[in-house]
Amino acid sequence: MPLPRKKTRNYLPLVLLVLALFPLFGSGYYNELIAKIMIMAIFAMSLDLLVGYTGLVSFGHAAFFGVAAYSVVLLSPKYDPGSLWLVLPAAILTGAAVAFVVGLFVLRTKGIYFIMVTLAFAQMIYFVFHDTPLGGGSDGAFLNVKPELRIGEKVLIDLNEPMQFYYIVLVFLVAAYVFLRVLLRSPLGHALAGIRSNEHRMQSLGFPVFLYKLAGFVTAGGLAGLAGFLSACQYGFVTPEILSWHQSGNVLLMVILGGMGTLNGAAIGAFAFVVLQEVFSALTKHWQLLMGAVIVTVVMVLPGGLSSLPRRLKGLLIGGGNRNG
Amino acid sequence: MADLVLSARGMSRRFGGLYANKDVSLDMHKGMLHAVLGPNGAGKSTLINLLSGDLPPSAGQILYRGEDISGWSPDRRSRAGIGRSYQRTNIFPGFTVFENCRLAAQSRKPRALRIFSKAVAYDDLRDAADRAIEQAGLAERRDVVAATLSHGEQRQLEIAMVLATSPSVLLLDEPLAGMGPEESQSMVALLKKLTPDHAILLVEHDMDAVFAVADVITVMVTGQVLESGPPDQIRDSIAVQEAYLGEGEPDDE
Repeated sequence: MPLPRKKTRNYLPLVLLVLALFPLFGSGYYNELIAKIMIMAIFAMSLDLLVGYTGLVSFGHAAFFGVAAYSVVLLSPKYDPGSLWLVLPAAILTGAAVAFVVGLFVLRTKGIYFIMVTLAFAQMIYFVFHDTPLGGGSDGAFLNVKPELRIGEKVLIDLNEPMQFYYIVLVFLVAAYVFLRVLLRSPLGHALAGIRSNEHRMQSLGFPVFLYKLAGFVTAGGLAGLAGFLSACQYGFVTPEILSWHQSGNVLLMVILGGMGTLNGAAIGAFAFVVLQEVFSALTKHWQLLMGAVIVTVVMVLPGGLSSLPRRLKGLLIGGGNRNG
Repeated sequence: MADLVLSARGMSRRFGGLYANKDVSLDMHKGMLHAVLGPNGAGKSTLINLLSGDLPPSAGQILYRGEDISGWSPDRRSRAGIGRSYQRTNIFPGFTVFENCRLAAQSRKPRALRIFSKAVAYDDLRDAADRAIEQAGLAERRDVVAATLSHGEQRQLEIAMVLATSPSVLLLDEPLAGMGPEESQSMVALLKKLTPDHAILLVEHDMDAVFAVADVITVMVTGQVLESGPPDQIRDSIAVQEAYLGEGEPDDE
């Protein structure tokens, strides 16, 4: 990364270990919840690539998640399992392809206009699925049998099995994380960081910034598609709501809650958001009030998001924590 | 005569009814430093913006090695070898001096598709960045975050970033503005050193510096070229004295 970093203790192996061992102790409900969190973490990390690393605040990211989820249902046979070989790449490609087309238009705008135009595109796609019979209209559609991976007669992976599904999600979470980390330290990643810092100067230095932003947008769309694929497989049905602006807003909140531009923050934000949603909605049907209060508090007290909490605490404990820059 | 690299032919730029540049023609040759003088509002920055592509011209042509590039985007012109610096410092404030220049060098060899390689691992980019940092006199500040540099150092970084792109044309918009006397001196020395291999356009208020380094001086007033010629001719020109030099020291923009 461009900025020099202090060595920090690396908690990732520990987190990975906990996630890997969790199903051995957790019940079905909690396994499902953690799987959902991991899917949302992939979704939030894909958005963080745009919001946190490229400076593109997209308010329509649910569109790529949603079309990919729908593609799983539409490409799977009605009463037989679809082939993972086909359905998974197709879902990712669908997310990426829709992002490409949308990106060609929205990336010509900046700032507040970008936010509004991404929202408008996502709503258009929402209404395509809501108002046409393509995906069952407003009722949504069922994925009767989840995809499986088979070679010849042998079924290697069957997503209908909750345990297998959990570990597949974990593998994809790790893969998405590693992929993004590698991408961010590549020339492309550094160029995206430059665009976030000073797009005008990037262009005057000779970077075709539109193409770079499009590359980032398509990558984020593809990863959102991966999350959409996993989500469709988890619940076995899709409704237009997964494409709606609520969903775009939620994932944006996850990124902000966890801390933009850290990748870890996006995952932490997804965890916090989903857990709080569970806890609050068990307490009261007005859970959104509580959620709103938490988000306002975090944004005001911790501008760097939840992922900056350890650093903040350390600073307080050491006292002042003034270091010479 | 040295090679003609970049030239403007009857170039104009209108903002509404106002001409910021009107019928400007000038030539830039390799190995020559072409300075542009003029009071505030004379259209000097507009001239650079037109040549760099930050502004499209309303009329006229810009020729680069004989090709009309009037319609080219700023990034395309930069890749072709036309580098520019800004009057108001325009850097990546959160990056180190080195990363500012490394990223600038990367624009020459994009390698955007090599997403599995490390950006900082390319030796050619590191070398280009370090060379530019050295030239601009920032070697000791290499690993400092740009935002924490002094104003004068940020001006040096501004130049280092352009140099890291290995341009053949340099469009420099008041590079000395805000620099201390010592920094100014080393910048003047750098300009002299760069001139043999580059075609340089220098917009600058510092008269002493301009007359010390310029091979050709163009004086602009209200968007038009008043007079153009070698320093001695400009110094002795009555029109220039009346229109510009007679006014006393111009204010900084």
